Amino acid sequence: MASEARVRLRPAHEAIGVLPAMKAVFLRDLKTAFRQHQDLLNPLLFFVMVVSLFPLGVSPEVSFLQQAGSGILWVAALLSVLLSLDHLFRHDFDDGTLEQLVLQPQPLFLLVLAKTLAHWVLTGLPLVLLAPLLGVMVHLDGNSIAVLCLTLLIGTPVLSLIGAIGAALTLGLRSAGVLLSLLIIPLYIPVLIFGTGTVAAAADGASVGGYMALLGAFLVLALTLAPFAAAAALRISLSNS
Amino acid sequence: MWQFFHKLGSPKWFFGIANRLMPWLLWGGAVLLLAGLVWGLAFAPKDYLQGNSYRIIFIHVPSAFLAQSVYIMMAVAAVVTLVWRMKLADVFVKAAAPVGAVLTFLALFTGAVWGKPTWGTWWIWDARLTSMLILLFLYFGVIALGAAISDEKSSARAVAVLVLVGVVNIPIIKYSVEWWNTLHQPATFKLTEKPSMPIEMWLPLLLSVLGLYLIFGWFACLRMQTEILTRERRTRWVKELVQAEGN
Repeated sequence: MASEARVRLRPAHEAIGVLPAMKAVFLRDLKTAFRQHQDLLNPLLFFVMVVSLFPLGVSPEVSFLQQAGSGILWVAALLSVLLSLDHLFRHDFDDGTLEQLVLQPQPLFLLVLAKTLAHWVLTGLPLVLLAPLLGVMVHLDGNSIAVLCLTLLIGTPVLSLIGAIGAALTLGLRSAGVLLSLLIIPLYIPVLIFGTGTVAAAADGASVGGYMALLGAFLVLALTLAPFAAAAALRISLSNS
Repeated sequence: MWQFFHKLGSPKWFFGIANRLMPWLLWGGAVLLLAGLVWGLAFAPKDYLQGNSYRIIFIHVPSAFLAQSVYIMMAVAAVVTLVWRMKLADVFVKAAAPVGAVLTFLALFTGAVWGKPTWGTWWIWDARLTSMLILLFLYFGVIALGAAISDEKSSARAVAVLVLVGVVNIPIIKYSVEWWNTLHQPATFKLTEKPSMPIEMWLPLLLSVLGLYLIFGWFACLRMQTEILTRERRTRWVKELVQAEGN
């Protein structure tokens, strides 16, 4: 791993502003992730494979897939975000970068927010881009696919933000993966309900404005509160090790 | 006031207080719960629509009520853990979480048994039932995280963060019957309104809710005492206490 990709550390009196620091953390995460591109690909492959399990395992009937398709895509997206969460802090925790981040003069929750956004760009956004293709494969109509992509676009950042809390809480623990799922899935359920509810409403020809507004409210709530909780959890996990 | 608050931080002091408090909680709770249950199950009038099957309400409502209250109490204790780093608050969270999980399960189970004759189905994915199921999952998460972190201090604070994050679910449970048009009926108890059921049904229900609260208090004290003894097993007062018990 090249050293110039790390956040450059400066003494406090030369500290850079908050926004440049967030930008630096964000870009660094993108850079290090693209150097290990297989890790980027894995959640996407998982997404495709899980979706393809349902027609094979349950029923390839067009009528079933049309009805269940949006739910299948949402659950698969949720699971692949869940799987990718372990990477969010793990590498930085192992090589000590995380401790340096905590020591920065900038507020930790903003740096965590930058890291979470980078995580979303690397996993959530590709899932949204891949969704139309899979939507066609499960026989969703054009309108449903458009609404589905929109809900995923609003919903996946919420998944990343909530997941950051769980990833930070389980950092450095044995069998962190299973524990992480256990902690986070209950908190994901409301997002899932409203995400798939929106697509179902669109398929029935009902108005989706209310559902979209609620999903947007989830996003705003998660954006404002989750970074604080994740930052607090990070400090706890680091003091533990 | 502040002296009282500081004393609360001392496990030894709490141990003594709990000893004095527990008989009252136990006997008070047992009397109220028994009175409520016997009155409700045997003497309260039959429901004109549901017949006798409605009587499970005297177990269902108290456990559902407690299941949510326990989580709120845990959330308050979590704030105390994070802000004042008080050990006892964490002892309470660890002691209450499994009890809360059992109460949530009991509420779901009795609800299912009640649902079969009235709705014709054991389970339905309605908002109130689903959000109670999420509450059960949250309790499981809290217990699992507490067990996974061996260091006492970080375990306390990590669990506190998780409990506080999960608090978002409580208003969803509370208002699920009002926000969505669900099969589950609206709240039985409202402070501001006259109860919608006759007083002969409502009063035994109130008695059993209060009784279960006291029983929970007793059980929480008992579990906290056990937890304190385990944590403080190396201190002198625990050794002396155990020796005195042994003689």
